[in-house]
Amino acid sequence: MSDRSKGLLLAGVGGQGVILASMIVADALVRAGNDVKQSEVHGMAQRGGSVVSHIRWGPRVSSPLAPKGSAEVLAAFEWAEGLRWIDYVRPGGAVVVDVRTIIPPGACVDRRGWATAYPRIDDGPIADRRLQPRLLNAAAIASGLGNVRAANSVILGSVAGFLDIDDQYWEAAISSLVPKGTAEINLAAFRAGKEAGTVVIPAQPAPEATGVAGPHVIEVKHDWCKACDICSRVCPEYCLALTLDGKLAVVDPDACTGCRLCEILCPDFAIRIHPPVVAGVAAGEGAS
Amino acid sequence: MSLIVEEPGTRLPERTLLSGNEAIARGAVEAGVRVAAGYPGTPSTEILESIRHRGDMDVRWSPNEKVALDVGLGASLGGARALVTMKHVGLNVAADTFMTAAYTGVGAGLVLVVADDPGMHSSQNEQDSRHYARFAGVPLLEPANSSECLEFTRLAFEISERFDVPVLLRSTTRISHNRGLVALGEREDRPATGFVRNPSKYVMIPGYARGRRPVLLQRLEEMARWAEDCDLTAEFGEDTAVGVITSGISFNYVREVLPEARVLKLGMVHPLPMDRIREFAGSVGRLFVVEELDPFLEDAILAAGIAVEGKRWFSQIGELGPDAVAAGFAAAGVVEAPEPVAAPPATVKRPPLLCPGCPHTAPFVALKRLGAVVSGDIGCYTLAALEPLAAMDTCLAMGSSIGMAVGLAASGGTEAPVVATIGDSTFVHGGIPGLVEAVYSNANVTVIILDNGTTAMTGGQEHPGTGKTLQGKEAKAVDLVALCKAVGVEDVRVVDPYDIAATNAAINAAIGNQGPSVVITNRPCVEAPVKVKDRPYLVDAAACTACQACMALGCPSIVWSDETFDGRRKVVIDTVTCTGCTLCAQLCPPRAIAPIPRKEAAGV
Repeated sequence: MSDRSKGLLLAGVGGQGVILASMIVADALVRAGNDVKQSEVHGMAQRGGSVVSHIRWGPRVSSPLAPKGSAEVLAAFEWAEGLRWIDYVRPGGAVVVDVRTIIPPGACVDRRGWATAYPRIDDGPIADRRLQPRLLNAAAIASGLGNVRAANSVILGSVAGFLDIDDQYWEAAISSLVPKGTAEINLAAFRAGKEAGTVVIPAQPAPEATGVAGPHVIEVKHDWCKACDICSRVCPEYCLALTLDGKLAVVDPDACTGCRLCEILCPDFAIRIHPPVVAGVAAGEGAS
Repeated sequence: MSLIVEEPGTRLPERTLLSGNEAIARGAVEAGVRVAAGYPGTPSTEILESIRHRGDMDVRWSPNEKVALDVGLGASLGGARALVTMKHVGLNVAADTFMTAAYTGVGAGLVLVVADDPGMHSSQNEQDSRHYARFAGVPLLEPANSSECLEFTRLAFEISERFDVPVLLRSTTRISHNRGLVALGEREDRPATGFVRNPSKYVMIPGYARGRRPVLLQRLEEMARWAEDCDLTAEFGEDTAVGVITSGISFNYVREVLPEARVLKLGMVHPLPMDRIREFAGSVGRLFVVEELDPFLEDAILAAGIAVEGKRWFSQIGELGPDAVAAGFAAAGVVEAPEPVAAPPATVKRPPLLCPGCPHTAPFVALKRLGAVVSGDIGCYTLAALEPLAAMDTCLAMGSSIGMAVGLAASGGTEAPVVATIGDSTFVHGGIPGLVEAVYSNANVTVIILDNGTTAMTGGQEHPGTGKTLQGKEAKAVDLVALCKAVGVEDVRVVDPYDIAATNAAINAAIGNQGPSVVITNRPCVEAPVKVKDRPYLVDAAACTACQACMALGCPSIVWSDETFDGRRKVVIDTVTCTGCTLCAQLCPPRAIAPIPRKEAAGV
């Protein structure tokens, strides 16, 4: 169905240099005599969001986007982003992924189980799909060469190992596009990346659930409370608020995590936080 | 690459990788454009940025898209070729001028580039700007790749002068942000030809405008005739069992999925070469239209009495792509259904975030505490609508926050204080009339102008409040305090949003005052014009009580550690990304957050 164009994807987090890396790959492919289209989407805020770039090359490229299941290589600069685009790689294709993790604040919202919504590092999902995993610790390799910022070139070196493009084109592209004065270190990083094998990730036990089954109980002694508003201003979960008639109200009892800031900071000892009640057993007494 | 003046005597590279936006800019350079104006908006922003260093062009950011088009039209009447750039919703702002510019026509060539955003990668809607061409009665060109971005832009200026009409050139995100190989040409030397007085053409009082209406319609007919055999229409493929009419980015997907099928590619989608389309329809078996967003071509072709299939198979929502086009043709029975690909494993959601150290953070923490009804606006701070800040209730269009806040207050429908939040560039763009409205109606609203000294969301562009132009010249900066006072706001406060206590106090006091009030926060953006990086902060794990107070900021540099306190997760700060803004340290009850020791700071 295709026009014989090949494709690869680069993925990462805004601010990681995905776009510059894409430009280097595209430039190398042009130097090697290909028609090339490189498509990226960068919008909204400058940083922190998912960024993906498609590159396609061949005698004459139609679609700048690779169809799902067609890319030769997916190169990811961050673990979770590698998993996000894995369905674009063709059977037998390669997934080059940096084992660094950038955990977004949105993954730290479970105030009961206290588990992060971040996928564990494990090459199972890659191997299961009949893809070639190449897990890298690019930062460590670049640091070993003297500059951690050359990590992206380590990844490009590893990508080059899966493509049939002469090294001279890669090196010319890197030299012409990296910031002034960094060509040397980036070329060294590229070569190191080409040699790097996949890192073995020791099996990680699932993090222990530390949480409790329910909210703590907020007890307010209204007779003692003078509505000074300290507690409602410090509550990280916005559980407390002063009503329009100046009384303290527990507006969101289910959100209490038991941090006890309100209790500690109340000048009138008007608040007490009690452990959650779980089926008649207080937490911490063997409930699991 | 930057499209700076060519050194005399140097040969241009044969083929260069350019983004669609750079190629449009290069097309304008080669067409001899002298004046280029716009307002930043993804995905159109880089068009003007890539030619800002040219000494032979006046390249500028205007306060908003309407002013940019006014400037472009004025330059065109003065006999200088002019380019105007904006995103799709920007054309709504410029529409007032645009609709009547179709009546007046132009002097020298005038091309308006509008960049649509199917899929809403970075926009509040996915309106299909092609409708504007039909609405105004102007020609619309749609390039399909970087090379055509350059060629069509050059051609657009010729069409503009040939038919005495402003020309729309429509891009989409996938065209603007796609790099492809382009052959560069030479710049034409086109000195301004001078303004020629012609009131009956340029002064649109009703008596004169009535005279221009038939001109507009006649021009459309002439252009449609010209379209029938112009170079903008092309045919591909040999297999006539299936015929496909398409344009723009969709053409690439059609060629990918049906490389053999007969394809009619329309470079100009308004007015349409209907005879050519009819002829094409007669030469193929089943006829399809593949287009993103609305059935613009499909409706026109159906209206001409030609049977065609389109939106029945291809979605009207979001972007198309090779997979969507393949699925559509599979559903229509034209191709085998592609092998299904297993869905990727679950991974973490990663929406865009306010940067570490973003000065917009503290005001929204304060607003969340107050339970205020927050009328938001367009900018980075729109991200404050997401957890954990979750402190924005509305956001529609540039500058709408203030007028909507006035309406919310007037409705009597909320007991909570009503607050509008608007950035500096957005305020200059469209917020000032709303503030006048607040004063004029003595509305009980507080307006927070989040002044970070740049147009941050689109990558840090200058605007009339920054004191610099796009081409790097010094300019007189709009004085926001004086402006607010001049329109009649008596309560105007300026506060440093890195001082949480002062920010809370200023917002509380402003809300406490009856009538309109303004709080201006004045910290520069941490990304532009300079990257802000101070001594990063660290969490003393021994002192952290895992209360989560700092997590309320939603700062990307603060995440949970593996240690716990009383069953809750402690936090850790990534010193590589921390800018040292101190917000989390100010919020930390046990004072567990402190700057990194100096000897370590040297290595960060």
